[in-house]
Amino acid sequence: MEAPKQQDTSYTQPNILDEWFVPKKANKDDAEAVVRPSVSYWKDAWHRLLKNKLAMLGLVCLVLLVLMAAFGPIIAPDSAKTTVLQNQNQPPSFEHWFGTDELGRDVFTRTWEGARISLFVGVMAALIDFIIGVTYGGIAGYKGGRTDHYMMRFVEILYGLPYLLVVILISVVLEPGLFSIIIALSITGWVGMARMVRGQVLQIKNYEFVLASQTFGTKTSRIIRKNLLPNTMGPIIVQMTLTVPSAIFAEAFLSFLGIGIQPPYASWGSMANDALPVILSGDWWRLFFPAFFISLTMFSFNVLGDGLQDALDPKLRR
Amino acid sequence: MATYLIKRFFAMIVTLWLIITLTFFLMHALPGSPFNDERNTSEAVQKNLIAHFNLDQPVSVQYIEYLKSIVQFDFGPSIKKSSQTVNDLLGRGFPVSFELGMVTLVVAILSGILLGVLAALKHNGVIDYLAMTIAVLGISVPNFVLATLLIQQVAVNWELLPVATWKSWRHMVLPTLALATGPMAIIARLTRSSMLEVLTQDYILTAKAKGLTPFKIVFKHALKNALLPVVTVLGALAAGILTGTFVIEKIFAIPGMGKYFVDSINNRDYPVIMGTTIFYSALLIFLLFLVDVAYGILDPRIKLHKKEGR
Amino acid sequence: MEKILQVKNLHVSFRTYGGEVKAVRGVTFDLHKGETIAIVGESGCGKSVTAKSIMGLIPNPPGKITDGKILFKGKDLAKLPDRELRKIRGADISMIFQDPMTALNPTLTIGEQIMEGIIQHHKIARSDARKKALEILELVGIPSPKSRLKQYPHQFSGGMRQRIVIALALICEPEVMIADEPTTALDVTIQAQILDLFRDIQKKTGVSIILITHDLGVVAQVADRVAVMYGGKIIETGTKREIFYEPQHPYTKGLLNSVPRIDIEDAELVPIAGTPPDLFAPPAGCPFVARCEYAMEVCDRIYPTQTLKGNEHQVYCWLQDVRAKTSFATKW
Repeated sequence: MEAPKQQDTSYTQPNILDEWFVPKKANKDDAEAVVRPSVSYWKDAWHRLLKNKLAMLGLVCLVLLVLMAAFGPIIAPDSAKTTVLQNQNQPPSFEHWFGTDELGRDVFTRTWEGARISLFVGVMAALIDFIIGVTYGGIAGYKGGRTDHYMMRFVEILYGLPYLLVVILISVVLEPGLFSIIIALSITGWVGMARMVRGQVLQIKNYEFVLASQTFGTKTSRIIRKNLLPNTMGPIIVQMTLTVPSAIFAEAFLSFLGIGIQPPYASWGSMANDALPVILSGDWWRLFFPAFFISLTMFSFNVLGDGLQDALDPKLRR
Repeated sequence: MATYLIKRFFAMIVTLWLIITLTFFLMHALPGSPFNDERNTSEAVQKNLIAHFNLDQPVSVQYIEYLKSIVQFDFGPSIKKSSQTVNDLLGRGFPVSFELGMVTLVVAILSGILLGVLAALKHNGVIDYLAMTIAVLGISVPNFVLATLLIQQVAVNWELLPVATWKSWRHMVLPTLALATGPMAIIARLTRSSMLEVLTQDYILTAKAKGLTPFKIVFKHALKNALLPVVTVLGALAAGILTGTFVIEKIFAIPGMGKYFVDSINNRDYPVIMGTTIFYSALLIFLLFLVDVAYGILDPRIKLHKKEGR
Repeated sequence: MEKILQVKNLHVSFRTYGGEVKAVRGVTFDLHKGETIAIVGESGCGKSVTAKSIMGLIPNPPGKITDGKILFKGKDLAKLPDRELRKIRGADISMIFQDPMTALNPTLTIGEQIMEGIIQHHKIARSDARKKALEILELVGIPSPKSRLKQYPHQFSGGMRQRIVIALALICEPEVMIADEPTTALDVTIQAQILDLFRDIQKKTGVSIILITHDLGVVAQVADRVAVMYGGKIIETGTKREIFYEPQHPYTKGLLNSVPRIDIEDAELVPIAGTPPDLFAPPAGCPFVARCEYAMEVCDRIYPTQTLKGNEHQVYCWLQDVRAKTSFATKW
């Protein structure tokens, strides 16, 4: 059809043509338009995480920290690796990038050796929490009823114990060292994870899609693998990401009190503790570097955890 | 409410008993501890120990007697100084630690709530970003790091405030600041997110539709609801502050309970470790109980579940 | 009849990340003293936004009244600063929200919540406010109001809570009450009771009511006049009788056909196919064109002009144009 004068449909009274009063031709666009491409849950969550600048900053920092923990001690200048007693308490220099301590050891090298211990403690604590917590909480939630009742009573009592006090007590009793710390951190640390997993499992167990697969006679193991695990994975990952910094903090706290990592090994906490007597004399680098990297690590894990929480929350999905 | 309180009280006693038992048997299982080994203690101390812990009796009797003495608030002797008991240490150190802890708690709660509310009201504004930056930093920087940095900058470099000890209000500023920043950050974040959620609730719209002033809407209708989740974390925060006093008192050489506790750990003064751990646990568990009671008072819905149950 | 509230050519937009949503695009209607006007439409048609604009409750940002007037007692509410608007909100115009379970503050007693409105506006003593609250609770049918003043919202059932919400809205004796889906969240039997209450209150107090609903059953029970909204515009308005018995717009007809009726035997329920228009880019012509079985070329291009079918009965549809009569001679 032809529109002789204009196609303009502006708001001033346009010319209305008689031939427009005819039934409209069917237009494909009008019928049930806009179908969004379906994106899988994990892909969608990943895209949301990528958009979160702070969380990405945290992730990048963590990757760098891990790389430095792995290769930091290797890339230090060779001359810095031998301990020379005369070089004690040197400020940062071309040779000793982060200065030296009272025994003439290179702070740069020790910082990254400390990073290995801090990160190891954090990751191990999170892994043990994961294994015990998911198993315990999963069984309690899935079995339900009496089993659940008694299992959760026990958890509640443990939950009432003051975490760091128990950790201190265990650390005092055990031979001081890396594995004692990890044991002390895990002995009640899994309780939070168990509570969370149990809650999730209880909730998901009653969803229609789980009931549906039960009516089809699906095996329990398959229901756990295919239905329960994928749906609880989000909160579990978030919880683990937030466990790591609290474990790193607890280790630093113990080491700072002198019941954590013992010499000659170093962790960021023990390095900060060793630096305490010398800060009054102005040897700032002794404290600054371990302190900075503890804070950076805690910051990175915390913002990444927050970002993951936002990204993995299905309620926010649009 | 009454049955709920009784239940909670009972759970509190069980937890406490568990802590005492755990501590008792851990200390006795320890090789080289004075409970098994008499070599590294002086004679006077040894007598004290045998008398107080009934070491000449079988373990079961020792345990019962120990429970009895704890119930009577008798935490036993020190093995490093024969003339001193844990009760002496508590009497001297606890008031100082209590002062530090309370001031910190008040500062953290007030500033945290203020920061959180401001951030929520100016959502996505400059104040919001500033408040949340402070909050993230506060959570990321451990208190002992903050404490040492503060000493180095404020006390040593700028010479504004004293480096250590606990004498006047000027001595209190840095320790309180170092200890309060972490809990403040947690409260600020929680208050903010909870406030943001509450502000979208229908009853806020109802309050607006009544023509109330923004001030009344925020402080009468929103804040109380927004603070309910904050109350639930107060117990954990108190625990954090309490353990925080260990390092803060050590760093600032404050003669509080925390410092004695750390010293006793480093000296392996086992009866003191044991007594102090139990004392602290009791304190914290009691605080958690108080928080639960407070929550029940603040949220009228809790009461109902127990009383009228509709 | 006296016109108490006039809405003229109201436009409301929301700025979102996806662009500007034009939620209300030129709504005009009058509210007369003592009458009930129902604004009907499906979700997203702009009826709630219209109601909230009158109260100045559009969150800004992102929302904004971009054009139009809301005239009340010689004042234009659309341009009034918030401080002035606050004096009117709750006092002269009040509002009731959809869900009584969430509309009351769970941590304040209902007495406090009822009284604070009148204390705010009339600066009266608490004892007087209490007396007034008791009166109003009696009016909305809460038994033994004295003991219930001290109770919290969770101690009331859903229907009782909605009565309390109505009490809050009535305490200052407003001239206009806006009810946004007041019965949607309630059981059917409770719905009927609440609608009875509305009629009763109107008889006793003479309040004018704007009723926002998607439920034609509710409209049939309480409305005097009806405005049908679609895609941010009012597409037909008239008395209840005109809208129910002589609907002119295909959308109004569709709405009526999608509701079960007992007055017509063997009436078939016909759903309206499709979904409402995208208000990010509202169509230049009639918003209903994509779902209208009588759509013409003109409908796509130009918004229909007003056709008067009676004193009050107005419709915006090109089918009313003489030129359309021939095109659908057989069907229409």
